[in-house]
Amino acid sequence: MINMINVSKIYPNGTKALTDVSLRVEKGEFVFLVGPSGAGKSTLTKLIFREEQPTRGQILFNGKNIARLRPGEVPYLRRNIGVIFQDFKLLPNKTVAENVSFALEVIEASKREIRKSVPEALEMVGLSDKVNAVPSELSGGEQQRVGIARAIVNNPPLIIADEPTGNLDPETSWEIVNLLHEINKCGTTVLMATHDKVIVDGMRKRVVALENGRVVRDEERGAYGYED
Amino acid sequence: MRIRTISYFIREALKSLYRNSWMGLASMGTVAVSLIIVGLSLITVMNANYLAARLESNVEIIAFIKSDVSEDDARALKNEIQSIPGVSSVEFRSKDQALVEFRKELGEQQNMINALGGENPLPHLYKVTTISPGDVEGVAKKLELFPQMEKVDYGKGVVEKLFSITRWVRLVGLTVIVLLGLAAVFLIATTIRLTVFARRKEIQIMKILGATNWFIRWPFLVEGMVLGFTGALIAVLIVDFSYLAVIDYVQKDLNLNILGLQKDTRFLLLLGGVMLGVGTFIGALGSGISMRKFLKV
Ligand SMILES: Nc1ncnc2c1ncn2[C@@H]1O[C@H](COP(=O)(O)OP(=O)(O)OP(=O)(O)O)[C@@H](O)[C@H]1O
Ligand SMILES: [Mg+2]
Repeated sequence: MINMINVSKIYPNGTKALTDVSLRVEKGEFVFLVGPSGAGKSTLTKLIFREEQPTRGQILFNGKNIARLRPGEVPYLRRNIGVIFQDFKLLPNKTVAENVSFALEVIEASKREIRKSVPEALEMVGLSDKVNAVPSELSGGEQQRVGIARAIVNNPPLIIADEPTGNLDPETSWEIVNLLHEINKCGTTVLMATHDKVIVDGMRKRVVALENGRVVRDEERGAYGYED
Repeated sequence: MRIRTISYFIREALKSLYRNSWMGLASMGTVAVSLIIVGLSLITVMNANYLAARLESNVEIIAFIKSDVSEDDARALKNEIQSIPGVSSVEFRSKDQALVEFRKELGEQQNMINALGGENPLPHLYKVTTISPGDVEGVAKKLELFPQMEKVDYGKGVVEKLFSITRWVRLVGLTVIVLLGLAAVFLIATTIRLTVFARRKEIQIMKILGATNWFIRWPFLVEGMVLGFTGALIAVLIVDFSYLAVIDYVQKDLNLNILGLQKDTRFLLLLGGVMLGVGTFIGALGSGISMRKFLKV
Protein backbone atom coordinates (compact mmCIF):
# COMPACT_ATOMS: atom_id res chain seq x y z
CA MET A 1 0.00 0.00 0.00
CA ILE A 2 2.75 2.44 1.00
CA ASN A 3 6.23 2.04 -0.43
CA MET A 4 8.81 4.68 0.46
CA ILE A 5 12.07 4.37 -1.41
CA ASN A 6 15.16 6.27 -0.21
CA VAL A 7 13.11 9.21 0.94
CA SER A 8 14.83 12.29 2.35
CA LYS A 9 13.18 15.43 3.61
CA ILE A 10 15.07 18.63 4.22
CA TYR A 11 12.92 21.56 5.34
CA PRO A 12 13.52 24.93 3.70
CA ASN A 13 15.35 26.12 6.83
CA GLY A 14 17.90 23.31 6.35
CA THR A 15 16.61 20.87 8.99
CA LYS A 16 17.21 17.29 7.85
CA ALA A 17 14.00 15.69 9.12
CA LEU A 18 14.33 12.39 7.20
CA THR A 19 17.39 10.80 5.61
CA ASP A 20 17.20 7.91 3.17
CA VAL A 21 14.12 6.31 4.64
CA SER A 22 12.79 3.16 2.97
CA LEU A 23 9.61 1.66 4.34
CA ARG A 24 6.96 -0.71 3.04
CA VAL A 25 3.54 -1.02 4.61
CA GLU A 26 1.19 -3.69 3.28
CA LYS A 27 -2.55 -3.49 3.08
CA GLY A 28 -4.24 -4.40 6.38
CA GLU A 29 -1.17 -3.84 8.57
CA PHE A 30 -1.12 -2.03 11.91
CA VAL A 31 2.16 -0.15 12.28
CA PHE A 32 3.51 1.87 15.22
CA LEU A 33 5.96 4.62 14.39
CA VAL A 34 8.13 5.38 17.43
CA GLY A 35 11.22 7.39 18.24
CA PRO A 36 12.41 10.32 20.28
CA SER A 37 11.02 13.76 19.85
CA GLY A 38 12.25 15.35 16.62
CA ALA A 39 13.06 11.98 15.05
CA GLY A 40 10.86 12.72 12.06
CA LYS A 41 7.67 10.76 12.81
CA SER A 42 5.28 13.60 12.03
CA THR A 43 7.26 14.50 8.94
CA LEU A 44 6.96 10.94 7.65
CA THR A 45 3.19 10.91 8.11
CA LYS A 46 2.86 14.32 6.44
CA LEU A 47 4.72 13.05 3.40
CA ILE A 48 2.14 10.32 2.96
CA PHE A 49 -0.89 12.59 2.93
CA ARG A 50 1.09 15.12 0.97
CA GLU A 51 1.11 17.94 3.48
CA GLU A 52 4.85 17.97 2.73
CA GLN A 53 6.78 16.87 -0.32
CA PRO A 54 9.97 14.77 -0.12
CA THR A 55 13.24 16.41 -1.11
CA ARG A 56 14.48 13.13 -2.60
CA GLY A 57 13.10 9.66 -3.19
CA GLN A 58 9.82 8.09 -4.19
CA ILE A 59 6.65 7.47 -2.24
CA LEU A 60 4.32 5.00 -3.88
CA PHE A 61 0.74 4.90 -2.69
CA ASN A 62 -0.99 1.91 -4.26
CA GLY A 63 1.70 2.00 -6.93
CA LYS A 64 1.36 5.67 -7.77
CA ASN A 65 4.27 8.00 -7.05
CA ILE A 66 2.73 10.71 -4.91
CA ALA A 67 5.95 12.70 -4.84
CA ARG A 68 5.06 13.75 -8.38
CA LEU A 69 1.38 14.49 -7.94
CA ARG A 70 -0.07 17.51 -9.71
CA PRO A 71 -1.68 19.95 -7.23
CA GLY A 72 -5.10 19.12 -8.65
CA GLU A 73 -4.62 15.42 -7.80
CA VAL A 74 -3.72 15.96 -4.14
CA PRO A 75 -7.32 16.20 -2.87
CA TYR A 76 -8.13 12.85 -4.50
CA LEU A 77 -5.12 11.23 -2.81
CA ARG A 78 -6.30 12.59 0.54
CA ARG A 79 -9.74 11.09 0.10
CA ASN A 80 -8.02 7.70 0.47
CA ILE A 81 -6.42 8.63 3.78
CA GLY A 82 -8.15 9.35 7.08
CA VAL A 83 -5.96 11.51 9.30
CA ILE A 84 -6.26 11.68 13.08
CA PHE A 85 -4.47 14.36 15.12
CA GLN A 86 -3.26 14.77 18.66
CA ASP A 87 -5.29 17.97 19.00
CA PHE A 88 -8.36 16.43 17.28
CA LYS A 89 -8.79 19.40 14.87
CA LEU A 90 -12.56 19.50 15.25
CA LEU A 91 -14.63 22.55 14.28
CA PRO A 92 -15.76 24.04 17.59
CA ASN A 93 -19.02 25.55 16.33
CA LYS A 94 -20.27 22.39 14.65
CA THR A 95 -21.98 19.49 16.41
CA VAL A 96 -20.57 15.98 16.50
CA ALA A 97 -22.77 14.90 13.60
CA GLU A 98 -21.89 18.03 11.61
CA ASN A 99 -18.16 17.55 12.18
CA VAL A 100 -18.40 14.03 10.82
CA SER A 101 -20.64 14.86 7.87
CA PHE A 102 -18.34 17.79 7.04
CA ALA A 103 -15.82 15.22 5.78
CA LEU A 104 -18.37 13.99 3.26
CA GLU A 105 -19.72 17.43 2.34
CA VAL A 106 -16.35 18.81 1.33
CA ILE A 107 -15.80 15.91 -1.05
CA GLU A 108 -19.27 16.49 -2.48
CA ALA A 109 -20.76 13.17 -1.42
CA SER A 110 -24.47 12.70 -2.00
CA LYS A 111 -27.04 13.46 0.66
CA ARG A 112 -28.04 9.81 0.70
CA GLU A 113 -24.48 8.74 1.36
CA ILE A 114 -24.17 11.27 4.18
CA ARG A 115 -27.40 10.11 5.78
CA LYS A 116 -26.21 6.52 5.67
CA SER A 117 -22.52 6.81 6.54
CA VAL A 118 -22.50 9.39 9.34
CA PRO A 119 -24.65 7.38 11.81
CA GLU A 120 -22.63 4.26 10.93
CA ALA A 121 -19.35 5.97 11.71
CA LEU A 122 -20.72 7.42 14.97
CA GLU A 123 -22.05 3.99 15.93
CA MET A 124 -18.65 2.48 15.24
CA VAL A 125 -16.93 4.91 17.65
CA GLY A 126 -19.73 4.62 20.23
CA LEU A 127 -21.01 8.20 20.08
CA SER A 128 -24.53 7.61 18.79
CA ASP A 129 -25.97 9.31 21.88
CA LYS A 130 -23.87 12.47 21.51
CA VAL A 131 -24.64 13.48 17.93
CA ASN A 132 -25.92 16.93 18.83
CA ALA A 133 -23.22 17.88 21.32
CA VAL A 134 -20.54 20.39 20.35
CA PRO A 135 -16.86 19.51 20.96
CA SER A 136 -16.56 21.72 24.07
CA GLU A 137 -19.20 19.58 25.75
CA LEU A 138 -17.17 16.40 25.22
CA SER A 139 -14.26 14.78 27.08
CA GLY A 140 -10.91 14.48 25.31
CA GLY A 141 -11.51 10.82 24.58
CA GLU A 142 -14.93 11.58 23.13
CA GLN A 143 -13.49 14.34 20.99
CA GLN A 144 -10.90 11.96 19.62
CA ARG A 145 -13.68 9.48 18.84
CA VAL A 146 -15.31 12.21 16.77
CA GLY A 147 -11.95 12.70 15.03
CA ILE A 148 -11.82 8.97 14.30
CA ALA A 149 -15.41 8.89 13.07
CA ARG A 150 -14.60 11.77 10.72
CA ALA A 151 -11.48 9.94 9.47
CA ILE A 152 -13.30 6.68 8.70
CA VAL A 153 -16.64 8.03 7.48
CA ASN A 154 -15.75 7.74 3.79
CA ASN A 155 -14.12 4.31 4.28
CA PRO A 156 -10.53 5.18 3.38
CA PRO A 157 -8.14 2.24 2.97
CA LEU A 158 -5.53 3.97 5.16
CA ILE A 159 -5.70 5.69 8.55
CA ILE A 160 -2.80 7.86 9.70
CA ALA A 161 -2.81 8.83 13.37
CA ASP A 162 -0.15 11.21 14.69
CA GLU A 163 0.00 10.75 18.47
CA PRO A 164 -3.76 10.31 18.74
CA THR A 165 -3.47 9.56 22.44
CA GLY A 166 -0.96 12.31 23.24
CA ASN A 167 -3.53 14.40 25.11
CA LEU A 168 -5.39 11.54 26.80
CA ASP A 169 -5.07 9.66 30.08
CA PRO A 170 -3.87 6.02 29.97
CA GLU A 171 -7.30 4.44 30.25
CA THR A 172 -8.83 6.61 27.51
CA SER A 173 -5.74 6.02 25.39
CA TRP A 174 -6.41 2.30 25.51
CA GLU A 175 -10.00 2.85 24.40
CA ILE A 176 -8.82 4.88 21.43
CA VAL A 177 -6.16 2.36 20.42
CA ASN A 178 -8.62 -0.50 20.78
CA LEU A 179 -10.97 1.40 18.53
CA LEU A 180 -8.22 1.83 15.94
CA HIS A 181 -7.50 -1.88 16.30
CA GLU A 182 -11.16 -2.67 15.60
CA ILE A 183 -11.03 -0.52 12.50
CA ASN A 184 -7.82 -2.27 11.45
CA LYS A 185 -9.49 -5.67 11.85
CA CYS A 186 -12.09 -4.58 9.32
CA GLY A 187 -9.28 -4.29 6.78
CA THR A 188 -8.14 -0.69 7.10
CA THR A 189 -4.40 -0.11 7.23
CA VAL A 190 -3.36 1.91 10.29
CA LEU A 191 -0.15 3.87 10.73
CA MET A 192 0.19 5.39 14.20
CA ALA A 193 2.99 7.63 15.45
CA THR A 194 3.19 7.48 19.25
CA HIS A 195 5.22 8.02 22.39
CA ASP A 196 3.07 5.63 24.41
CA LYS A 197 5.32 2.82 25.61
CA VAL A 198 2.62 0.93 27.46
CA ILE A 199 0.39 0.76 24.44
CA VAL A 200 3.11 -0.24 21.99
CA ASP A 201 4.37 -2.94 24.34
CA GLY A 202 0.85 -4.14 25.06
CA MET A 203 -0.30 -4.36 21.43
CA ARG A 204 2.62 -6.35 20.03
CA LYS A 205 2.26 -4.98 16.54
CA ARG A 206 4.84 -4.04 13.95
CA VAL A 207 7.10 -1.26 15.30
CA VAL A 208 9.19 1.06 13.12
CA ALA A 209 11.64 3.18 15.11
CA LEU A 210 13.06 6.43 13.76
CA GLU A 211 16.08 8.26 15.14
CA ASN A 212 17.54 11.40 13.67
CA GLY A 213 15.49 10.89 10.56
CA ARG A 214 16.63 7.33 9.88
CA VAL A 215 14.85 3.99 10.37
CA VAL A 216 16.87 2.25 13.07
CA ARG A 217 14.57 -0.69 13.79
CA ASP A 218 11.65 -2.42 12.11
CA GLU A 219 10.17 -5.41 13.95
CA GLU A 220 7.04 -7.49 13.65
CA ARG A 221 5.36 -7.86 17.04
CA GLY A 222 7.89 -5.35 18.40
CA ALA A 223 8.21 -3.36 21.59
CA TYR A 224 8.60 0.35 22.24
CA GLY A 225 12.27 -0.01 23.13
CA TYR A 226 12.95 3.32 24.80
CA GLU A 227 12.86 4.15 28.47
CA ASP A 228 11.01 7.43 28.66
CA MET B 1 -21.60 20.58 -9.89
CA ARG B 2 -24.41 19.60 -7.58
CA ILE B 3 -27.16 22.04 -6.66
CA ARG B 4 -26.47 21.27 -3.03
CA THR B 5 -22.84 22.26 -3.48
CA ILE B 6 -23.85 25.56 -5.06
CA SER B 7 -26.26 26.30 -2.26
CA TYR B 8 -23.50 25.43 0.20
CA PHE B 9 -21.22 28.01 -1.46
CA ILE B 10 -23.90 30.69 -1.30
CA ARG B 11 -24.81 29.86 2.30
CA GLU B 12 -21.18 30.03 3.41
CA ALA B 13 -20.67 33.31 1.55
CA LEU B 14 -23.71 34.92 3.14
CA LYS B 15 -22.71 33.69 6.58
CA SER B 16 -19.32 35.34 6.43
CA LEU B 17 -20.79 38.50 4.89
CA TYR B 18 -23.00 38.70 7.95
CA ARG B 19 -20.01 38.17 10.23
CA ASN B 20 -17.86 40.87 8.57
CA SER B 21 -20.66 43.26 7.86
CA TRP B 22 -18.69 46.48 8.51
CA MET B 23 -15.83 45.64 6.21
CA GLY B 24 -18.38 44.39 3.73
CA LEU B 25 -20.27 47.68 3.82
CA ALA B 26 -17.07 49.64 3.36
CA SER B 27 -15.99 47.71 0.30
CA MET B 28 -19.51 47.74 -1.10
CA GLY B 29 -19.59 51.51 -0.65
CA THR B 30 -16.30 51.93 -2.48
CA VAL B 31 -17.52 49.86 -5.38
CA ALA B 32 -20.71 51.94 -5.42
CA VAL B 33 -18.89 55.28 -5.36
CA SER B 34 -16.44 54.33 -8.07
CA LEU B 35 -19.20 53.00 -10.27
CA ILE B 36 -21.33 56.10 -9.68
CA ILE B 37 -18.44 58.13 -11.05
CA VAL B 38 -18.08 55.70 -13.95
CA GLY B 39 -21.77 56.07 -14.70
CA LEU B 40 -21.88 59.84 -14.43
CA SER B 41 -18.80 60.36 -16.58
CA LEU B 42 -20.12 57.99 -19.21
CA ILE B 43 -23.43 59.85 -19.24
CA THR B 44 -21.65 63.20 -19.54
CA VAL B 45 -19.46 61.97 -22.37
CA MET B 46 -22.45 60.47 -24.10
CA ASN B 47 -24.44 63.69 -23.88
CA ALA B 48 -21.51 65.82 -24.94
CA ASN B 49 -20.87 63.58 -27.92
CA TYR B 50 -24.50 63.79 -28.86
CA LEU B 51 -24.53 67.56 -28.51
CA ALA B 52 -21.33 67.86 -30.53
CA ALA B 53 -22.73 65.74 -33.31
CA ARG B 54 -25.87 67.86 -33.37
CA LEU B 55 -23.95 71.11 -33.40
CA GLU B 56 -21.61 69.84 -36.05
CA SER B 57 -24.39 68.98 -38.41
CA ASN B 58 -25.96 72.34 -37.61
CA VAL B 59 -23.00 74.55 -38.21
CA GLU B 60 -24.06 76.79 -41.01
CA ILE B 61 -22.47 79.89 -42.36
CA ILE B 62 -24.56 83.03 -42.47
CA ALA B 63 -23.41 85.63 -44.92
CA PHE B 64 -25.03 89.05 -44.45
CA ILE B 65 -25.27 91.18 -47.56
CA LYS B 66 -24.55 94.89 -47.54
CA SER B 67 -27.71 97.01 -47.35
CA ASP B 68 -26.91 98.90 -50.56
CA VAL B 69 -27.07 95.71 -52.65
CA SER B 70 -30.43 95.21 -54.31
CA GLU B 71 -32.41 92.01 -53.86
CA ASP B 72 -31.90 90.97 -57.50
CA ASP B 73 -28.16 91.52 -57.32
CA ALA B 74 -28.07 89.59 -54.09
CA ARG B 75 -30.05 86.67 -55.55
CA ALA B 76 -27.67 86.56 -58.50
CA LEU B 77 -24.81 85.53 -56.19
CA LYS B 78 -26.35 82.14 -55.55
CA ASN B 79 -24.65 80.25 -58.42
CA GLU B 80 -21.28 81.74 -57.59
CA ILE B 81 -21.60 80.66 -53.95
CA GLN B 82 -22.79 77.23 -54.95
CA SER B 83 -19.65 76.73 -57.01
CA ILE B 84 -17.30 77.23 -54.03
CA PRO B 85 -15.71 73.82 -53.32
CA GLY B 86 -17.09 72.16 -50.17
CA VAL B 87 -20.45 73.88 -50.24
CA SER B 88 -23.37 71.57 -49.82
CA SER B 89 -26.46 73.82 -49.80
CA VAL B 90 -27.13 77.46 -50.37
CA GLU B 91 -30.29 79.17 -49.28
CA PHE B 92 -31.19 82.80 -49.94
CA ARG B 93 -33.27 84.67 -47.38
CA SER B 94 -34.52 88.10 -48.45
CA LYS B 95 -34.92 90.86 -45.87
CA ASP B 96 -38.73 90.55 -46.18
CA GLN B 97 -38.69 86.83 -45.50
CA ALA B 98 -36.37 87.45 -42.60
CA LEU B 99 -38.80 90.00 -41.16
CA VAL B 100 -41.72 87.58 -41.40
CA GLU B 101 -39.68 84.98 -39.54
CA PHE B 102 -38.61 87.52 -36.99
CA ARG B 103 -42.23 88.44 -36.34
CA LYS B 104 -43.05 84.80 -35.78
CA GLU B 105 -40.25 84.38 -33.30
CA LEU B 106 -41.22 87.49 -31.39
CA GLY B 107 -44.83 86.35 -31.11
CA GLU B 108 -46.66 88.71 -28.82
CA GLN B 109 -44.01 91.36 -28.76
CA GLN B 110 -44.53 92.33 -32.41
CA ASN B 111 -45.08 95.95 -31.46
CA MET B 112 -41.30 96.14 -31.25
CA ILE B 113 -41.28 95.89 -35.04
CA ASN B 114 -44.21 98.20 -35.48
CA ALA B 115 -42.22 100.75 -33.53
CA LEU B 116 -39.73 100.77 -36.40
CA GLY B 117 -42.41 102.48 -38.48
CA GLY B 118 -42.43 100.27 -41.58
CA GLU B 119 -38.64 100.31 -41.95
CA ASN B 120 -37.02 96.87 -42.34
CA PRO B 121 -33.58 97.04 -40.76
CA LEU B 122 -32.74 93.40 -41.56
CA PRO B 123 -30.26 92.56 -44.33
CA HIS B 124 -30.60 89.98 -47.10
CA LEU B 125 -28.62 86.92 -46.21
CA TYR B 126 -27.41 83.53 -47.39
CA LYS B 127 -27.44 80.39 -45.31
CA VAL B 128 -24.67 78.10 -46.49
CA THR B 129 -23.93 74.63 -45.24
CA THR B 130 -20.84 72.65 -46.05
CA ILE B 131 -20.35 69.02 -46.93
CA SER B 132 -18.10 68.41 -43.92
CA PRO B 133 -17.53 70.47 -40.74
CA GLY B 134 -13.87 70.84 -41.73
CA ASP B 135 -14.87 72.95 -44.77
CA VAL B 136 -16.69 75.59 -42.73
CA GLU B 137 -13.75 77.84 -42.13
CA GLY B 138 -12.45 77.75 -45.74
CA VAL B 139 -15.86 78.45 -47.25
CA ALA B 140 -16.46 81.31 -44.80
CA LYS B 141 -13.11 82.89 -45.79
CA LYS B 142 -14.05 82.72 -49.48
CA LEU B 143 -17.43 84.31 -48.77
CA GLU B 144 -15.75 87.19 -46.95
CA LEU B 145 -13.90 88.00 -50.17
CA PHE B 146 -17.16 88.87 -51.94
CA PRO B 147 -17.42 92.66 -52.14
CA GLN B 148 -21.19 92.43 -51.59
CA MET B 149 -20.79 90.79 -48.20
CA GLU B 150 -21.14 92.84 -45.05
CA LYS B 151 -20.25 90.12 -42.61
CA VAL B 152 -19.86 86.34 -42.49
CA ASP B 153 -20.76 84.42 -39.34
CA TYR B 154 -20.35 80.84 -38.29
CA GLY B 155 -20.23 78.92 -35.01
CA LYS B 156 -16.51 79.29 -34.74
CA GLY B 157 -14.87 77.10 -32.10
CA VAL B 158 -18.06 75.87 -30.44
CA VAL B 159 -17.58 72.34 -31.63
CA GLU B 160 -13.90 72.38 -30.81
CA LYS B 161 -14.65 73.59 -27.29
CA LEU B 162 -17.22 70.88 -26.80
CA PHE B 163 -14.79 68.22 -27.90
CA SER B 164 -12.13 69.50 -25.56
CA ILE B 165 -14.64 69.32 -22.73
CA THR B 166 -15.45 65.72 -23.59
CA ARG B 167 -11.78 64.86 -23.75
CA TRP B 168 -11.24 66.41 -20.34
CA VAL B 169 -14.21 64.63 -18.79
CA ARG B 170 -12.92 61.39 -20.24
CA LEU B 171 -9.42 61.89 -18.89
CA VAL B 172 -10.39 62.98 -15.39
CA GLY B 173 -13.15 60.39 -15.27
CA LEU B 174 -10.77 57.66 -16.35
CA THR B 175 -8.15 58.59 -13.75
CA VAL B 176 -10.68 58.71 -10.94
CA ILE B 177 -12.25 55.48 -12.11
CA VAL B 178 -8.94 53.64 -12.19
CA LEU B 179 -7.93 54.91 -8.74
CA LEU B 180 -11.28 54.16 -7.15
CA GLY B 181 -11.43 50.82 -8.94
CA LEU B 182 -8.09 49.86 -7.41
CA ALA B 183 -9.31 51.01 -4.00
CA ALA B 184 -12.43 48.87 -4.42
CA VAL B 185 -10.42 45.80 -5.41
CA PHE B 186 -8.09 46.37 -2.47
CA LEU B 187 -10.93 46.78 0.03
CA ILE B 188 -12.69 43.67 -1.20
CA ALA B 189 -9.42 41.76 -1.07
CA THR B 190 -8.97 42.90 2.53
CA THR B 191 -12.52 41.93 3.45
CA ILE B 192 -12.06 38.48 1.97
CA ARG B 193 -8.66 38.12 3.62
CA LEU B 194 -10.33 38.74 6.98
CA THR B 195 -12.84 36.01 6.21
CA VAL B 196 -10.11 33.66 5.10
CA PHE B 197 -8.13 34.44 8.24
CA ALA B 198 -11.14 33.84 10.48
CA ARG B 199 -11.62 30.48 8.81
CA ARG B 200 -8.04 29.36 8.27
CA LYS B 201 -8.47 26.42 10.65
CA GLU B 202 -11.56 25.28 8.80
CA ILE B 203 -9.76 25.65 5.47
CA GLN B 204 -6.82 23.59 6.74
CA ILE B 205 -9.21 20.84 7.85
CA MET B 206 -11.05 20.94 4.55
CA LYS B 207 -7.81 20.43 2.68
CA ILE B 208 -6.80 17.47 4.82
CA LEU B 209 -10.24 15.97 4.27
CA GLY B 210 -9.64 16.12 0.51
CA ALA B 211 -11.62 19.20 -0.58
CA THR B 212 -10.51 20.54 -3.94
CA ASN B 213 -9.11 24.05 -4.11
CA TRP B 214 -12.10 25.19 -6.12
CA PHE B 215 -14.47 23.85 -3.51
CA ILE B 216 -12.65 25.93 -0.91
CA ARG B 217 -12.38 28.97 -3.16
CA TRP B 218 -15.96 29.26 -4.34
CA PRO B 219 -17.60 30.58 -1.14
CA PHE B 220 -14.99 33.35 -1.00
CA LEU B 221 -15.42 34.17 -4.67
CA VAL B 222 -19.17 34.28 -4.19
CA GLU B 223 -18.69 36.55 -1.20
CA GLY B 224 -16.54 38.94 -3.21
CA MET B 225 -18.92 38.87 -6.15
CA VAL B 226 -21.92 39.54 -3.92
CA LEU B 227 -20.10 42.56 -2.46
CA GLY B 228 -19.18 43.86 -5.92
CA PHE B 229 -22.60 43.22 -7.39
CA THR B 230 -24.48 44.85 -4.52
CA GLY B 231 -22.21 47.90 -4.66
CA ALA B 232 -22.81 48.12 -8.40
CA LEU B 233 -26.55 47.76 -7.94
CA ILE B 234 -26.59 50.70 -5.54
CA ALA B 235 -24.58 52.72 -8.04
CA VAL B 236 -26.89 51.84 -10.94
CA LEU B 237 -29.98 52.85 -8.97
CA ILE B 238 -28.45 56.15 -7.88
CA VAL B 239 -27.11 57.03 -11.32
CA ASP B 240 -30.25 56.10 -13.22
CA PHE B 241 -32.69 57.77 -10.85
CA SER B 242 -30.69 60.96 -10.48
CA TYR B 243 -30.17 61.18 -14.23
CA LEU B 244 -33.86 60.71 -14.95
CA ALA B 245 -34.66 63.31 -12.29
CA VAL B 246 -32.22 65.77 -13.85
CA ILE B 247 -33.72 65.27 -17.31
CA ASP B 248 -37.16 65.81 -15.89
CA TYR B 249 -36.11 68.97 -14.11
CA VAL B 250 -34.32 70.39 -17.14
CA GLN B 251 -37.18 69.65 -19.48
CA LYS B 252 -40.19 70.52 -17.35
CA ASP B 253 -39.10 73.15 -14.86
CA LEU B 254 -36.37 74.92 -16.79
CA ASN B 255 -38.01 74.23 -20.13
CA LEU B 256 -34.60 73.75 -21.66
CA ASN B 257 -35.36 71.09 -24.19
CA ILE B 258 -32.69 72.63 -26.35
CA LEU B 259 -29.97 71.15 -24.11
CA GLY B 260 -31.01 67.92 -25.76
CA LEU B 261 -30.25 65.67 -22.78
CA GLN B 262 -30.60 62.13 -23.94
CA LYS B 263 -33.33 60.04 -22.40
CA ASP B 264 -32.07 56.93 -24.12
CA THR B 265 -33.42 53.91 -22.21
CA ARG B 266 -31.33 51.49 -24.23
CA PHE B 267 -28.22 53.40 -23.26
CA LEU B 268 -29.22 53.44 -19.58
CA LEU B 269 -29.93 49.70 -19.62
CA LEU B 270 -26.61 48.99 -21.28
CA LEU B 271 -24.83 51.27 -18.83
CA GLY B 272 -26.53 49.48 -15.91
CA GLY B 273 -25.55 46.08 -17.28
CA VAL B 274 -21.95 47.13 -17.77
CA MET B 275 -21.76 48.59 -14.26
CA LEU B 276 -23.18 45.41 -12.69
CA GLY B 277 -20.73 43.32 -14.68
CA VAL B 278 -17.78 45.49 -13.72
CA GLY B 279 -18.82 45.47 -10.05
CA THR B 280 -19.08 41.68 -9.99
CA PHE B 281 -15.74 41.39 -11.74
CA ILE B 282 -14.09 43.74 -9.23
CA GLY B 283 -15.47 41.53 -6.43
CA ALA B 284 -14.20 38.32 -7.99
CA LEU B 285 -10.81 39.92 -8.68
CA GLY B 286 -10.49 41.13 -5.08
CA SER B 287 -11.23 37.74 -3.57
CA GLY B 288 -9.12 35.98 -6.18
CA ILE B 289 -6.13 38.10 -5.19
CA SER B 290 -6.57 37.45 -1.49
CA MET B 291 -6.82 33.68 -1.96
CA ARG B 292 -3.94 33.12 -4.34
CA LYS B 293 -1.38 32.83 -1.57
CA PHE B 294 -3.00 30.63 1.03
CA LEU B 295 -4.28 27.94 -1.32
CA LYS B 296 -0.83 26.95 -2.60
CA VAL B 297 -0.11 24.23 -0.01
N1 LIG C 1 7.71 22.92 9.06
C1 LIG C 1 8.97 22.68 9.51
N2 LIG C 1 9.96 23.52 9.15
C2 LIG C 1 11.21 23.31 9.59
N3 LIG C 1 11.57 22.28 10.36
C3 LIG C 1 10.62 21.42 10.76
C4 LIG C 1 9.27 21.58 10.34
N4 LIG C 1 8.54 20.58 10.88
C5 LIG C 1 9.41 19.81 11.58
N5 LIG C 1 10.65 20.31 11.52
C6 LIG C 1 11.86 19.74 12.11
O1 LIG C 1 12.04 18.45 11.58
C7 LIG C 1 12.48 17.55 12.58
C8 LIG C 1 11.50 16.40 12.68
O2 LIG C 1 10.27 16.90 13.20
P1 LIG C 1 8.98 15.99 13.39
O3 LIG C 1 7.87 16.88 13.76
O4 LIG C 1 8.82 15.13 12.19
O5 LIG C 1 9.43 15.11 14.62
P2 LIG C 1 8.55 14.12 15.48
O6 LIG C 1 9.27 12.82 15.42
O7 LIG C 1 7.15 14.13 15.05
O8 LIG C 1 8.68 14.75 16.93
P3 LIG C 1 7.61 14.70 18.11
O9 LIG C 1 7.71 13.37 18.71
O10 LIG C 1 8.09 15.77 19.04
O11 LIG C 1 6.28 15.01 17.52
C9 LIG C 1 12.61 18.34 13.85
O12 LIG C 1 13.95 18.71 13.99
C10 LIG C 1 11.74 19.55 13.60
O13 LIG C 1 12.25 20.66 14.29
MG1 LIG D 1 5.31 14.75 15.88
